[in-house]
Amino acid sequence: MTTLASKTRILVVGNGMVGHHFVEQLHQSSENVDITVLCGESRLAYDRVHLSSYFSGSSADDLALTTADVYRDWGVNVVTNAMVTDLLRDEKKALTADGQVFSYDKLVLATGSYPFVPPIPGNDQDHCLVYRTIDDLVAIENSAKESKVGVVVGGGLLGLEAANALKQAGLETHVVEFAPQLMAVQLDETGGDVLRNKIESLGVTVHTQKATQVIEAGEQSRYRMVFADDTFLETDMVLFSAGIRPSDQLARKTNLALGERGGIVIDDNCLTSDPDIFAIGECALWQNRIFGLVAPGYTMARAAVSALVGGDTVFTGADMSTKLKLMGVEVGSIGDAHERTTGAQSYTYFNQPEGVYKKLVVDENQQKVIGAVLVGDTSDYDTLLQYALNDIDLPENPESLILPSSGSAPALGADALPDTATICSCHNVAKSDIVTAIDEGCCSLGDVKSCTKASTGCGGCTALLKNVVDSELEKRGVEVSKAICEHFNHTRQELFHIVKVNGITTFDELLEKHGKGLGCEICKPAAGSILASVYNDYILKNDHLPLQDTNDIYLGNMQKDGTYSVVPRVAGGEITPEKLIILGEVAKKYNLYTKITGGQRIDLFGARVEQLPDIWQILIDGGFETGHAYAKSLRTVKSCVGSTWCRYGVQDSVKTAIDLENRYKGLRAPHKIKFGVSGCTRECAEAQSKDIGVIATENGWNLYVCGNGGMKPRHADLFATDLDTETLVKYIDRVLMFYVRTADRLQRTSVWMDNLEGGLAYLQEVVMNDSLNINADLEAQMETVVGAYQCEWKTTLDSEESRKRFRQFVNSDNLDSNIQFVSERGQVRPATEVEKSQGAENLIAVEVI
Amino acid sequence: MTAKTEVAAQWHDVCGIDDVVTNSGVCALINDQQIALFSVLQAKQQYLYAISNWDPVGKANVLYRGLIGSIGDDVVVASPLYKEHYVLATGKCVERDDVSVISFPVKIDGGRILISL
Repeated sequence: MTTLASKTRILVVGNGMVGHHFVEQLHQSSENVDITVLCGESRLAYDRVHLSSYFSGSSADDLALTTADVYRDWGVNVVTNAMVTDLLRDEKKALTADGQVFSYDKLVLATGSYPFVPPIPGNDQDHCLVYRTIDDLVAIENSAKESKVGVVVGGGLLGLEAANALKQAGLETHVVEFAPQLMAVQLDETGGDVLRNKIESLGVTVHTQKATQVIEAGEQSRYRMVFADDTFLETDMVLFSAGIRPSDQLARKTNLALGERGGIVIDDNCLTSDPDIFAIGECALWQNRIFGLVAPGYTMARAAVSALVGGDTVFTGADMSTKLKLMGVEVGSIGDAHERTTGAQSYTYFNQPEGVYKKLVVDENQQKVIGAVLVGDTSDYDTLLQYALNDIDLPENPESLILPSSGSAPALGADALPDTATICSCHNVAKSDIVTAIDEGCCSLGDVKSCTKASTGCGGCTALLKNVVDSELEKRGVEVSKAICEHFNHTRQELFHIVKVNGITTFDELLEKHGKGLGCEICKPAAGSILASVYNDYILKNDHLPLQDTNDIYLGNMQKDGTYSVVPRVAGGEITPEKLIILGEVAKKYNLYTKITGGQRIDLFGARVEQLPDIWQILIDGGFETGHAYAKSLRTVKSCVGSTWCRYGVQDSVKTAIDLENRYKGLRAPHKIKFGVSGCTRECAEAQSKDIGVIATENGWNLYVCGNGGMKPRHADLFATDLDTETLVKYIDRVLMFYVRTADRLQRTSVWMDNLEGGLAYLQEVVMNDSLNINADLEAQMETVVGAYQCEWKTTLDSEESRKRFRQFVNSDNLDSNIQFVSERGQVRPATEVEKSQGAENLIAVEVI
Repeated sequence: MTAKTEVAAQWHDVCGIDDVVTNSGVCALINDQQIALFSVLQAKQQYLYAISNWDPVGKANVLYRGLIGSIGDDVVVASPLYKEHYVLATGKCVERDDVSVISFPVKIDGGRILISL
């Protein structure tokens, strides 16, 4: 549908996120337009919301929202490095800095904003930068390489993002804020304080109520910032992030109506004072307000498109609620966070030890949510926002909406949302759009995302979207199967109960009574793990052998060329010189590639399957035992050196680490388990990123659970404080065994916790208060497992029959001719296909040792 | 023994039946050909299968170290490297049309396992 008679020439000045959204929407809405985009930067539109991810590894390409090819396919003419310097409104022409002239029928200004740099003497020196574009990031990256200390001026949302970038670049980071608190726009005073404490505990120093007077040469560092109160701060670089100003220079030059403090005045259709010129995004001023978020910008883009093609979408302001993670600290702000509405009342929850603060602001009749502040935990954000946006009546006890879940909190299910509820504000997707998409054939979360674009903007609505999709699919009778695989119609947890309650001891018995077919690589290892968790038999007994993954069968980790790695246990990371020499000698004799692991042990790579028994014989004779690096079981307990050597240590972390590692080694679990034990709060063992983390205190130990590094990092939850060693072990016994019993296959403790109904509080109830009355059973089962421990390599080597399985060939002593190495940095590595086929010079002859 | 046996092929004695653990594999070398040999218990009957040991996706000689299972009615082995499934009877790859492995006739004679190549 279009009202445009012949092809209308649309000229878009600016290709930021909003400018791009406009082009995308217009291209989809009308074929009768001829779109030209003038992009001032050398890059086409990219994602500025996630700019700081550039410092954690995203490339400029990762951030890109479009490419020249896409625009070509759309028939959109795009010119980069085209900075528009003049408008000839009478002739409807735009002029660029390099002298090009573009004619238009309708002009769209999407020029965005620029960072405000406070007028401080010395603000224009080298290493005084801003944070807005990818080019800025490159400049920051370069400056950081020559700097040790960095200061961000501005403690707002963007300033803290910028501080995160500096911290990731390895700088000692400071934030200097003029106001008495951080994020004064979004948070109240207490919220700002909690955020400040959290950020300072992450190593960023915050200075509030500081007005910088001058930036002059420093003594220790490159510069010295002198403040109005005569204090000073030395730094090597300064990053200004003190707010934005609309880029309205073009409009100013050509006398379009502007606001008093800048911004191009627009009406509800995003039209400026010239009926042929629109303005959208951060350069536009609607009812005397600038909207510095992407979602309102997108809404303006859609309103402008609507005005062009004759639709009825208008811009009527926007909800400025935000939820984000700043340096890992969750922060959320909804509506009237400062209780400015007449008669507003509030409920607060403040957990100072854990740094969680929540405030719920309600109207004078206590009927509706009108605002909220969340710091340290934004899990209630989605629910509160839906209450606020949809005018949903509050439940009987409004405070239950922000109190930590005690099992009775009335969650606002997807069903309670009206059809008009906005689920994704970036792409303006309502619940009804999702329902329609499902009615039209979408049958998974992925389908709905690609069909509606919901949750493909900032991603903040992912959890809510999943709830809505799941609930709608369920209503339509689409069953979400929880069966582990085609051979068993049970979850892992159900299989565990079946094995334990019925005393089943072999996979064959389990399959015969409760499954079908022959099993597969999913259910077999799962059953093998369950049987091991319950009985802890030798896993390579003939009954159990066929259940194990190849790594478990050969008690090593298979590498890409079919060789294995060898990792003996080095409990707590403590190793004698004699043992180090043995490892070195073995590696030398068998020409193994040697590397230190992240778990404080030594990995020897490139062992052929038939060499494994001989290698392990030497290691076992030297006092080593298997490290279970190949198994879904306890891997390592990392420790710092602790009170025996360290000046700061308050407990003997090494001894505790070794004791814990020796207790739980060999415990088969749904997935691998890692521990860390730190001797003081400096946390050198990084225990809070482990499944089980123990940190020494003056009085004993603090226990953390369910942390993770790796693919999806999760900070461990503080479970209990100041425990004596006996209680510590008891709690760990129970937590681990409860995990082993109830987790899904290949579910790490972090994901298990995230999916555990009731979460941390529930687990504490179970373990500390025995709410399920199962602790005696959990402990007894752990005792069985601990008592049945055996070094699998020792057992294997003791049996001639078992050793035979390590032959490469059942009928020959030849070697696998495909395994070939080359030398690199003084060690071996697998030869590439090319090197093998070309017989590279550095190929190493493989020989029998 | 099946009719698939090629004219030039001959039976090679590779090992005794006790050399293979039920529901797992070993590897035999005949001339330069590596062969993954599996013993599978189906409906209380012992079946033997032989396919090439070369994993065409992972590009390593490892298939005999894979886990045995079933997909529908097919008996399959999962590559230990990247987990593609190969049907033991035919060598066909379940996930990909563009790769497969050779399968070989196999038989038992007097407690010994023989493979035709």
